[in-house]
Amino acid sequence: MATPTLPSERASLRPSEPAGDAVVFEDVRIAFNENEVLRGVSFRLPLGETKALFGVAGSGKSTILKLAIGLIKPDSGRITVLGNDVTEMQEEDLFALRRKIGMVFQESALFDSLTVSENVAYRLMEEHGVYDEEIDQRVREALRFVELERTVDMFPSELSGGMRRRVAIARAIITQPSSLLYDSPTGGLDPVTSNTIVELIVKQRDVYKTSSLMVTHRLQDAFTMATHQFDKQTGQLRALPRGQYCDVPMSFLILRDGKVIFDGDIHALAHTQDEYIKEYVS
Amino acid sequence: MELISPTDFAKGKIHSIQEYTLLALRSLANLFQKPLYLADMAQQADLIGVGSLPIVLSACFFTGAALALNSATTLSRFGALTVTGQLVSIGIIRELGPVLAGLVVAGRNASGMASEIGSMIVTEQIDAMRALGTDPIKKLVTPRVVSTVIMLLFLTILGDFCGLTGGSFVASGLLGLDFREYWTYAWQTLVYSDITMGLVKPIVFGFIVATVGCYYGMTAKGGTQGVGRATTEAVVAAMILIIFLDLMVTRLLIVVLGLS
Repeated sequence: MATPTLPSERASLRPSEPAGDAVVFEDVRIAFNENEVLRGVSFRLPLGETKALFGVAGSGKSTILKLAIGLIKPDSGRITVLGNDVTEMQEEDLFALRRKIGMVFQESALFDSLTVSENVAYRLMEEHGVYDEEIDQRVREALRFVELERTVDMFPSELSGGMRRRVAIARAIITQPSSLLYDSPTGGLDPVTSNTIVELIVKQRDVYKTSSLMVTHRLQDAFTMATHQFDKQTGQLRALPRGQYCDVPMSFLILRDGKVIFDGDIHALAHTQDEYIKEYVS
Repeated sequence: MELISPTDFAKGKIHSIQEYTLLALRSLANLFQKPLYLADMAQQADLIGVGSLPIVLSACFFTGAALALNSATTLSRFGALTVTGQLVSIGIIRELGPVLAGLVVAGRNASGMASEIGSMIVTEQIDAMRALGTDPIKKLVTPRVVSTVIMLLFLTILGDFCGLTGGSFVASGLLGLDFREYWTYAWQTLVYSDITMGLVKPIVFGFIVATVGCYYGMTAKGGTQGVGRATTEAVVAAMILIIFLDLMVTRLLIVVLGLS
């Protein structure tokens, strides 16, 4: 696999996270036009862990991410993100919380009238007002992290789908948020680009200890993440022996008909007796 | 086509009015909160003001000329051809200048705002903006409202001058009136309340054009077809509201300024 260059170890300066949960869903329900998408979804994402969300199309995976960041409100239930009850928060207060969370959208959602560097710098520009030398340095670091340093002056329309996805990751991680939400980060991409993106997500998890919710349809991506760790010495993913899978902060959540039918680690998933899940993962 | 019950239709319309009112109020309330996005305001002012300048000036110029020509036909029957400047002046300053500038900017910019913001909605760029901790109303709507109001005011002033100039060309070139006499009548007939009316209207129209354009953009759904529909609806709604509010503002100012 490719070896992305490490950015400066800014995240290591971040104080160690207290034990607790990054995201907690409690009996969350939401319906769109009388179609109940989530029917009492409950789960918790501990700090520092990555949880892969699976389910057939329309099962509410992306809805869970939008609920977690407060873009939409549930009809009932409670969602707590980094200790804040987002179901009770006003939009104005949510803006402050969202600055601690990064989100990578399914179709990247880059601002098409801004260059790559302006897209990546967006959050910093909002905080500081002007694009100065310090911001430029951080933008280049973030783009180096996703191996796209050469694209700083290009517009999103000039990039391929995989490059856009990587720019979106750079935009999400530039402020080193406490939590990251990935909506199908490898969807529709070729295996090589997918592997690069999986490596970036694992690196973010293992180097920066970021808590993540990742929606995906690609089981192999999640299995790679559950069975590999990022080796800071070699700058590459390292396959773990079977007995050490439990050391990886990675779990799986499967949705069916608006309900959680599985929430556990790779061992529990491998030994499940549920026929639907067996068929799903086979 | 699915039929909608009258109750649901009414509820939908009331909901739209409520949403529009909230958007309009929030766009104003944001003026008192930081950040103000002055660079975005300047960019929009350039786009709306400078971009609309040629079409507003030419529309006003030719309308002023046509107004002079039409007025002269009637006035000559009463031997009052010399007061053509007076009539053109009142007509342009109080009515045609603001309405023409408003309609032109509505056609040009309400559509632009609706399509630009609508495209951002359907490509999740607005959601991305919110996810990045930015209020899209503060970032996108407020700068457009401020810029449209300010630029439409100045466009109207320049348009008024061009309308009077167009009238003077016709008056001196085709009707044989003295150039200086035309301008003297045009100037002397104006009173404070005429200027007030001519300057209040573009402020109202500018606010309508920007908020309507942004509202239709923000509520666009249904992909590129939905963006196209939002664009068309924004222009139609903005133009109808300008014409309707012109009547309302005229009546209100006549009462307030004691012009009756």
